[in-house]
Amino acid sequence: MEVMVILVPLALGLGLVGLLAFLWSLRSGQYDDLEGAAWRAIADDDPAPEDKPAEHAS
Amino acid sequence: MQATRDFSHYVRDLGAGLQHIDLAVEGVNCAGCMSKIERGLSAMPDVTLARVNLTNRRVALEWKQGALDPAKFIDRLAELGYKAYPFETADAEAAENEQSRFLLRCLGVAAFATMNVMMLSVPVWSGNVSDMLPEQRDFFHWLSALIALPAAAYAGRPFFRSAYRALRTGNVNMDVPISIGVSLALGMSLVETVNHAAHTYFDAAIMLLTFLLVGRYLDQSMRRRTRAVAGNLAALKAETATKFIGNGEIAVVPVAAIDPGDIVLLRPGERCAVDGTVIEGRSEVDQSLITGETIFARAESGTAVYAGSLNISGTLRVRVSAASESTLLSEITRLLDNALQARSRYIRLADRASRLYAPVVHVTALLTVLGWVLFGASWHDAIVTGVAVLIITCPCALGLAIPTVQTVASGAMFKAGVLLNSGDAIERLADVDHVIFDKTGTLTLPDLEVVNAAGVPEFVLDIAGQLALASHHPVAAAVARASNVKTPLMGATEEPGQGVRGKVGGVEARLGRPSFCGAEQLAAERASLDPEASLVAFSFGETKYVFSVRQALRADAGAMISELKKRNIAIEILSGDREPAVRAAAQALGVEEWRAGVTPADKIARIEDLKRGGYKVMMVGDGLNDAPSLAAAHVSMSPISSAHLSQATADLVFLGKPLAPVVAAIDFARKALHLMRQNLWLAVGYNILAVPIAISGVVTPLIAAAAMSGSSILVMLNALRARHASQGRVSWR
Repeated sequence: MEVMVILVPLALGLGLVGLLAFLWSLRSGQYDDLEGAAWRAIADDDPAPEDKPAEHAS
Repeated sequence: MQATRDFSHYVRDLGAGLQHIDLAVEGVNCAGCMSKIERGLSAMPDVTLARVNLTNRRVALEWKQGALDPAKFIDRLAELGYKAYPFETADAEAAENEQSRFLLRCLGVAAFATMNVMMLSVPVWSGNVSDMLPEQRDFFHWLSALIALPAAAYAGRPFFRSAYRALRTGNVNMDVPISIGVSLALGMSLVETVNHAAHTYFDAAIMLLTFLLVGRYLDQSMRRRTRAVAGNLAALKAETATKFIGNGEIAVVPVAAIDPGDIVLLRPGERCAVDGTVIEGRSEVDQSLITGETIFARAESGTAVYAGSLNISGTLRVRVSAASESTLLSEITRLLDNALQARSRYIRLADRASRLYAPVVHVTALLTVLGWVLFGASWHDAIVTGVAVLIITCPCALGLAIPTVQTVASGAMFKAGVLLNSGDAIERLADVDHVIFDKTGTLTLPDLEVVNAAGVPEFVLDIAGQLALASHHPVAAAVARASNVKTPLMGATEEPGQGVRGKVGGVEARLGRPSFCGAEQLAAERASLDPEASLVAFSFGETKYVFSVRQALRADAGAMISELKKRNIAIEILSGDREPAVRAAAQALGVEEWRAGVTPADKIARIEDLKRGGYKVMMVGDGLNDAPSLAAAHVSMSPISSAHLSQATADLVFLGKPLAPVVAAIDFARKALHLMRQNLWLAVGYNILAVPIAISGVVTPLIAAAAMSGSSILVMLNALRARHASQGRVSWR
């Protein structure tokens, strides 16, 4: 049962990391547009402007 | 024609030479639109950020301060095929955004705590029936307490606050038993932990909070979405006014940037965006959105005009006044305040349920404690059993029963084109058995229409339409719409107060007053047929026609009335318009009960009468004069084209031209109320099964956790059925 000394803090620590990650993502606005995020994930082209600026100039 | 557009009101300075603006965009609904807009805007020089929010249908833009004018973004979006307009976040919306983030944070903390406490509880549950050492169990209990107590203190705030507010005003809402249950469960568990007991309820208490927070968050996010859409629609109306800045120079500015005392220019065909007094000019105005009166009113120096009036013939200069200055507005505001005060506060189903529920549960718990003491148990054991009763009856299912249905139903209504302004509107809408309609702008469309276009030869409509497009007159605009012509007639000239003339193939064509076209006799004939309509005459050589122009009934008004009758709902028309116009509409729709020339005070009196007779009255209206009666009715609805004040007062707002959403909303509401009641009975049934087990003192934390999550999931699944209306799809268009 000595292994619990490692396992319990480890489990709680991992949970805490998850919670902090969630709070961070909430703060940085990642839950503001869930519908858009769903589409962005499967969009096959990168909408970032600096990649192919020549193409959008039209 | 387009003067300089000044959007500086909406631009926010971010510092470091960057500026920010939010635009509401129409028609963004797929990933394609999203990347098209983002690419299109990012390609503009100096733009540093262009990001579409697909949920709210908005674009956030940032750019380097300097050469770039925000109006260019709107032009660029127009090139891409999207209508856009700057957007200012309303205070209410900002508050809801903050609230929804707060709930999400609480939910995150509660969910984390639930998972970890569960992880510690399962070994205890299995250890209790096998070989766990008491020291190990205590250790696990202490760890659970360490997680659950701070987490509950953090994540329980939405409930504790609301319970405290209710208790302070002497009320009981659902949050009171929730708060009591959670606090007692945690407190008892802590005492039991200190006493090295076998059972604690940290897991049950924190799981309860998690489930309830899920319900709360869903409810909140639905409301937030509705408000975002309503905000976008308001922004996309793009209400601007032409303001005089100094020496007769004019600029088009958003209405939000206009202050009392400013002078604005009102051209023919423009809708007035502000309240004010005419200081120069002479014209006729269509006040139908204000008073329900469809005959144009005369406007000259000194006449008061209101936001929503349509200027017909001449150019006016208007001095903007504060809302309190005008007599009509202050009268309406007074009536509205009275109506809002008199509105006997409707007690929501959830609060009614908790009023019954809280005393029953708390008395049961108390009796359990006393009963066990009488039977010789120790006070400690008796109190533990009593708290177990509170935990097992803790209104997890009850707390979810109503919000989940509301969320699903308002989502379904949203798809059907109905926006909810208030949360309890669904319950009130479900009881409706008497509907009062305003005529002008509600049963009829707010825009003028040619009513006798069907019998007119195509070439006549074609030429009339081309002439009409050369004019700004709203009546001419109706002719243009009826003709479907896209290009104005070249070389057409407008004679103020008379009409438009031009040449087609060398023959003179005219559109305007009957006398201008030499069609007085025809006009007199038409007028005797339809005395309410405005007449516009057309001549092309010897060919002469007279068009009757007026507000036409919405295409599905008749179908909607008969659908309502099928649902045993009484229908009545109360209009501020004159008798012949109301009679004609009532006869066309088959409505027997109608009254014309009704003042706002009369409307309220009629509603009060019906209320005393036991009717649950729904008022459907759009005019400024309807606002007090919208507040007085049991529940109220407005079309999106209605006056600002009415729209803010109404419980529901429906989009688009058809009236079908009125019936759809009632169907959804009835189904939702049915499901809410069903959910409450499910929760009661669960309690009837679970309470005896709790009273008998054999409940373990495992049973509590299983029962609670089981009943919550059952209630949530049942709520999903609210997606479909009670009477099936409304089959007519």
